[in-house]
Amino acid sequence: MSADFLYGIEVVINGLMAGVLYALVALGFVLIFKASGIFNYAQGVMALFAALTLVGIMEGQVPFAHLINALFGTEVHHFGWEVPALLAIAFTVLIMIGFAWAVQQFVFRHLVGQEPIILFMATIGLAYFLEGVGDLMWGSDIKTLALGLPQGGSLAVEEWTAGLGGDDFYGFFIDKLDMIATIVAIILVASLIIFAQYTKQGRAMRAVADDHQAALSVGISLNFIWVLVWSLAGIVALVAGVMWGAKSGVQFSLSLIALKALPVLMLGGFTSIPGAIVGGLIIGVGEKLFEYTIGAPFLGGATENWFAYMLALIFLVFRPQGLFGEKIIERV
Amino acid sequence: MKDTVEPYVTDDGRTIGGVLMDMRNITLRFGGVEAIKDISFDIREGEIRAIIGPNGAGKSSMLNVISGFYNPQEGEVWFRGEKRPQMKPYQVARLGIARTFQNIALFEGMTVLDNIMTGRLTHMKSGMFWQALWVGRAEAEEVENRERVERIIDFLEIQAIRKTPVGRLPYGLKKRVELARALAAEPKLLLLDEPMAGMNVEEKEDMSRFILDVNDEFGTTIALIEHDMGVVMDLSDRVVVMDYGRKIGDGTPDEVRGNQEVIDAYLGVSHD
Repeated sequence: MSADFLYGIEVVINGLMAGVLYALVALGFVLIFKASGIFNYAQGVMALFAALTLVGIMEGQVPFAHLINALFGTEVHHFGWEVPALLAIAFTVLIMIGFAWAVQQFVFRHLVGQEPIILFMATIGLAYFLEGVGDLMWGSDIKTLALGLPQGGSLAVEEWTAGLGGDDFYGFFIDKLDMIATIVAIILVASLIIFAQYTKQGRAMRAVADDHQAALSVGISLNFIWVLVWSLAGIVALVAGVMWGAKSGVQFSLSLIALKALPVLMLGGFTSIPGAIVGGLIIGVGEKLFEYTIGAPFLGGATENWFAYMLALIFLVFRPQGLFGEKIIERV
Repeated sequence: MKDTVEPYVTDDGRTIGGVLMDMRNITLRFGGVEAIKDISFDIREGEIRAIIGPNGAGKSSMLNVISGFYNPQEGEVWFRGEKRPQMKPYQVARLGIARTFQNIALFEGMTVLDNIMTGRLTHMKSGMFWQALWVGRAEAEEVENRERVERIIDFLEIQAIRKTPVGRLPYGLKKRVELARALAAEPKLLLLDEPMAGMNVEEKEDMSRFILDVNDEFGTTIALIEHDMGVVMDLSDRVVVMDYGRKIGDGTPDEVRGNQEVIDAYLGVSHD
């Protein structure tokens, strides 16, 4: 096999793994949209907030330190302990569930039956509010997420695949972190599907996504289900935040990754969990492959910034409901 | 005899028990419009109780009050000898009051089987974790739920479509699936909102037979709304007649049929 072809395959593999991260963010959007018809603009900020909280707890940072110091003239910043990663993750999950409850209790419970655009505006407000709270709680400096996840190219994969090509091929370069993200994403999606298919709450969640009135008539509390889906979206946001944070540091630009999820959603459809995954993978592979074959040689590179949106635009024209239109997905 | 609360046996051998649900002086307003004006009636255990009346009489509003979708401004709802506080529809459902809708509210994307299984949600007790792992009590519970659902599927003769997504079914079958879902909850009181609406004669006959069989086999108390008088008179033990939000008649089909006010409401009478 020629080296060029093999490098092409490497690009595809790396594209798939980048796509997994896009899919993770898109998944959070889909969960909430499907169950409540709310397009949650704050999903990206939730990922940021979750990652900030995780780092803050792990490093033993005092929340609202700046505010406390300003009010009481103290000089506290750290508790002076460090929390093990797993415990910190458990705490962060609890905080995300608390956040889900608060969002439902104080915002969306009062907006039941409102126009979608009003719900959307509410999530924009929520996004900036949460960003502000994150800043106030944990400070605005860039943090590193030291979860101890392996980073850098995998030597094993490189050596293992080096023999595939001739002398000018050195094996596939695949980031270990991307590999872990892929495994985590697979586990996450599998557990979400098992949850939705086989548990009482999962069944209730699908019921609410399908018909509110019918759900009420079989004894399902809409409020409870909405807290549940916001909690799940919060947990998905945490996973996405951790993976992106480990890759590029926990910083406020993390909230902008939500924008990359938009073309993924347009491709996969806003109501489809498999759609979010497939959409993410297509965007990931598409933008890498486009950059490799056309972008870099002919267009001066940096096509990854806009390729996804262009692809989504073409999709909108020809298949506005996305790859997995409402009717197909509802049967999944 | 039927005016007492003592249990009695009907001509066809069914036992009618004490008062299951008692509506006392219910008044429901939408803004300045009174949809229900000071109506009282009761539903007794084991009976088929119909609420009839011309279009716009307030029948559906009454059903929505019973099922908790509307909360009346005045009056009391008594269920199983206790005054029911203001409740959300899902709480009413958990009390054991199941319903169907005039315009059918099914989970269109799910299969017939899944739809009926949602009717069992209030009977599922085991924890989320065990359900996901499908072990222990969760497994026994799921098996039991499935058995009950299968029995209802046999009973309503919908075996052939059990794996079909509801969205693909014709109207008459959807009505039947909705009835099946309500039955799956093993309700103490079953509310049917115009179960024969939009059906042809044959479908109406089928539905009437199912309603009678459900009442007979499971002993389920049924309250139903219809505006087609003919069907209702054959089905029900007692009938409430509504017109313009008021109750104008209450009694056995024969009593109601002879009531001059009811005849006027249905045939139309000049008021001058």
